[in-house]
Amino acid sequence: MAIVARPYDLPISPQDRRAPGRLGMMLLIATEASFFVYLLFSYFYLASMARGSWPPDGNPALRLSLPNTIILIVSSGTMWWAEAGIKKGQQMRLRIGLLVTLVLGMLFLALQGLEYSNQKFTPATHAYGSLFFTITGFHGAHVAAGLLMNIFVQARAWAGHFTATRHLALSNVALYWHFVDVVWIVVFLSLYISPRLG
Amino acid sequence: MIAMQSGSPSMFGTAGPAAHEIAVLGWVLTIISLAVLLVVSLILLAALFRQRAARAEQPDGVVIRPNGSITLIVWGGIVIPAIILVCALLFILFVQSAVATPPTPPVATIRIVGHRWWWQVIYTANAPDQQVVTANEIHVPVGQPVRLELASADVIHSFWVPKLAGKTDVIPGQQNTMWMQADKPGVYWGECAEYCGLQHTHMNLLVVAQSPADFRHWLDQQRQPAAPPTDPVTATGERVFARSACAACHTVGGTTAMGQIGPDLTHVASRRTLAAGTLPNTPGNLAGWIANAQGIKPGNDMPTMTLPPGDLQVLVAWLETLQ
Amino acid sequence: MAITTAPTAPVEKLERLWETAPGLYGVLATVDHKTIGKRYIVTALVFFLLGGIEAAFMRTQLIHSNVHLLGAEEYDQIFTMHGVTMLFLFASPILSGFSNYLWPLMIGARDMAFPRVNALSYWTFLLSGVFLYTSFLIGQAPDGGWFAYVPMTGRTYSPGLNLDFYALGLIFITISTTVGAVNFVVTFFKMRAPGMSLNRVPIIMWGTRSASVAIVFALPALSVACVMLYFDRRFGMHFFDAAEGGHPLLWQHLFWMFGHPWVYIIVLPAIGLASDMIPTFARRPLAGYTFVALSTITTAILGFGVWVHHMFATGLPMLATTFFSAASMMIAIPSGVSIFAWIATIWHGKPVFRTPFLFLIGFIVLFVIGGVSGVMTAAVPFDRQLTDNYFIVAHLHYVLIGINVFPVFAALYYWLPKMTGRMLSERYGRWVFWLMFIGANLAFFPMHISGMLGMPRRVYTYQPGLGWDTINLITSIGAYVFALGVLLFLVDFFRSLAVGPEAGDNPWDAPTLEWSVSSPPPPYNFAVIPTVRSRHPLWEGRLGEEYHTIVGTGPILDRGRETFGTSALDSDAYEILQMPEDSLWPLILAAMMTVMFYGLLFGVWWLAVLGLVLMISSLAGWCWPRSLHADEMELLSGEE
Repeated sequence: MAIVARPYDLPISPQDRRAPGRLGMMLLIATEASFFVYLLFSYFYLASMARGSWPPDGNPALRLSLPNTIILIVSSGTMWWAEAGIKKGQQMRLRIGLLVTLVLGMLFLALQGLEYSNQKFTPATHAYGSLFFTITGFHGAHVAAGLLMNIFVQARAWAGHFTATRHLALSNVALYWHFVDVVWIVVFLSLYISPRLG
Repeated sequence: MIAMQSGSPSMFGTAGPAAHEIAVLGWVLTIISLAVLLVVSLILLAALFRQRAARAEQPDGVVIRPNGSITLIVWGGIVIPAIILVCALLFILFVQSAVATPPTPPVATIRIVGHRWWWQVIYTANAPDQQVVTANEIHVPVGQPVRLELASADVIHSFWVPKLAGKTDVIPGQQNTMWMQADKPGVYWGECAEYCGLQHTHMNLLVVAQSPADFRHWLDQQRQPAAPPTDPVTATGERVFARSACAACHTVGGTTAMGQIGPDLTHVASRRTLAAGTLPNTPGNLAGWIANAQGIKPGNDMPTMTLPPGDLQVLVAWLETLQ
Repeated sequence: MAITTAPTAPVEKLERLWETAPGLYGVLATVDHKTIGKRYIVTALVFFLLGGIEAAFMRTQLIHSNVHLLGAEEYDQIFTMHGVTMLFLFASPILSGFSNYLWPLMIGARDMAFPRVNALSYWTFLLSGVFLYTSFLIGQAPDGGWFAYVPMTGRTYSPGLNLDFYALGLIFITISTTVGAVNFVVTFFKMRAPGMSLNRVPIIMWGTRSASVAIVFALPALSVACVMLYFDRRFGMHFFDAAEGGHPLLWQHLFWMFGHPWVYIIVLPAIGLASDMIPTFARRPLAGYTFVALSTITTAILGFGVWVHHMFATGLPMLATTFFSAASMMIAIPSGVSIFAWIATIWHGKPVFRTPFLFLIGFIVLFVIGGVSGVMTAAVPFDRQLTDNYFIVAHLHYVLIGINVFPVFAALYYWLPKMTGRMLSERYGRWVFWLMFIGANLAFFPMHISGMLGMPRRVYTYQPGLGWDTINLITSIGAYVFALGVLLFLVDFFRSLAVGPEAGDNPWDAPTLEWSVSSPPPPYNFAVIPTVRSRHPLWEGRLGEEYHTIVGTGPILDRGRETFGTSALDSDAYEILQMPEDSLWPLILAAMMTVMFYGLLFGVWWLAVLGLVLMISSLAGWCWPRSLHADEMELLSGEE
């Protein structure tokens, strides 16, 4: 069969909302979100089967976790601010925003580490301990992953890779970061707030 | 090897009301299933081999799409299956509530503890000396239900006597209950039905259904401690038991042996099988079991006991007195 | 920027752009979906043979009561690995292989959405399988059954490495499955040729897409369960420990919340394959296309609502079991719809009895048997008798062999000619079919009966006098007959590579786009991107369709590795996507993952951390752009 080539004229990898990479990140987030759904299912399942009091050592303290929640929410704000900046082509705003987000994220992890060291129980003490440390621990791992992604796109941002129309990697990282924040809010409500409501 | 009960433990050879209700449901579902298979196969065969009128076809064989297939799909795939399934579901709900509770209140509560790989059987009673502890054999009165409380000493097992009832899992940390009733006298094969390790296949039990009078007699006999030995041979045998490792694991009521790890042996000679339904209970098999437990049921908790010659003989002689 | 290209000999440039680099580098770095698809198929078939050898051992052991060819521990390892191999290392990967190979060719694209992720999903599949099988080398293969119920699989009762291989191996393979699924979903929505609206898409795509969405939501349950199992075993945690606030049933809930969707995941793509083959041999388009497409979606969704039917004997409240019983019965309806769609297609068509079609007829029959036995087990009170005995073994093999293996073998006979350029033998094919069909029925139908006669599952031997001997003998003979069929297929396959007749572009006179290119296809798939106008592009003329798919004329997209990005519903092209070149990063990342998993397995923590660090570095290397886009370059040079 003779091949007849026809002219075409379309944008090349425009990196907008419809880019394949965007959908890919959304699906990754969907599967990671499911992971947390199953973890929290396990928490509520074991809570419902508990014979003694739940949590066994009293409600987890809000002293560190509440400020930490606020820190993380603020960091989502700074990430949003950074992304809004690059959409207008403002390179320094992007770079600063990413940097502040990074610092806030590291602060979150540090405070969480402090909370861990203050806990009266360990993961091996009882099922609640196993759940508490595993759920918050996996969340912390996702925060760490988000920070590594932050460093990666920051490197690219400082190298000037991103433009007002081409910053999909940054948008994906921002979306991931917001996801990590949402997960924390749900974890916080489940582990720290819901026992106080019963 | 002699069969220790009659024929297959078939779920359709029912001997109790629970199994019977379920078997009726089972037959109905089986017949419906076979009918569906037959009908669908016939339609498929018809579709494959039916005579097709020579119709206006393209020369290279692609058929012009006619209509009418939607009817077949909607009726065969949605409407008729939905009707069958809903009717089946209603019948299922009916049977489910029918087997949920026994027809009359249970006359006894039996606590069953699953171990790897044997069944501990405890007839509970208010007074401790009325309690009966045995292993791998449950006696029930014909025509009267008993309540079973199922617990596990280690991993998940499943208690299943196909001719009498559906199975119920035995789960550590949870107590499951079920009821069981036999309407015909006989011996019914039971199994562990949840993979629980190396000797899962050799974790069987027998349910012996007797007349209520025989059942009470059996219960009374089981409540007695072991009778003291009456001749020198069996007396020696008792001493062998006491000084060997046996007493560390086994209890024999009326002696100093109070081990809690293995089955209670107070009335071991009255049981029909050994090693949870693995061997018929004969003196030869008993000796063989003691001398070679690991060869018969590798991996189980009973070690192979190497006894000095002569000790095994007298030990078995004494154990045979524990009726 | 408008491009015109001379109409003569445009393909040489395309060939240079798309072909894999030569030598070892090409072998390790290729991102060509066709190569990856073929590797998936071959590797999955190797695992199929390994699982078959395991089955042969099992059936020889059970051929009669008290046969002790294998000890209890050996048997337990073999039956566990048979299940794990068939369900994780064969059933899903082989379908991924076919989907990977076929999708771009069916949708008029040049590759999948994420070619490097595609390569990653293959390498992690291969390495996770190797990881699992190295357990045999140290005699500590998983031995807890494929669903590994706690507490038996906790460290008290399973102190060896067996279940650590299991937990880590499964987490490893979920990574492969999940990234592969993401690739499929994005490809489905973004990469179809212009004009291939959703209602023109081959059913294989609906089946795989539904399965892939299910994977995204179901696989994490397995990951959570395996993480918890590993933590309980390795760090003394208490998720499943009733004494410390955990519960053994948590494992069962999590496992089956994964496990039930999984069994639909491993059949929906095969249903898709069958739905695309049956029309060719019925010589007419699929009847009830919309019904079949919708039934794959419905089954995938309903599949999430039935998991408790694996737990009917655990002592759950009657309200819960009743709900799940009803749901489990209702899920039969989408399956029934598909079955009647196929029968209707045949009824209103004119069957051509070639080998693939024989397997498809077998598929329908086995599907019905598996389906009705499934409805029987959905009835809670009856399931209290049936669960955990050989009836279930019969049911699961009918659905797996019927709805996965038979479509796979039909697909092998049907599409291997496209992949290799050579036809397999019709004569051998008939023998293979009849041996496999008779063998399967001889092996598995009697198991319904031995189950009803009380034979429990997972027994390394059984006692005489229980009435099970004859049935087991028949079953074992059936298994050997089935195995003979599989071996004969292998003989035919190798034979055909050497002396099979040339296939040509379209040996079956089939309607879909992959049959418009050569066998095997060129590396660039399509010289020009087609514009699609119906579900059956190559049959349009003969069906009297008004609009015609345009195949030989179209955009050439040869300024690099390019293909179209199109809209989700109507598939209007709106962008050109630049596809990546060959890359070693996927293999490197998979290898570093393996290092990490071995570190976790043996408790060598520095090795695990090293693996993790290298994984992160590999990801960074992968994601760092090799070259910048023209606009980006412009901006950078403008800045300096």
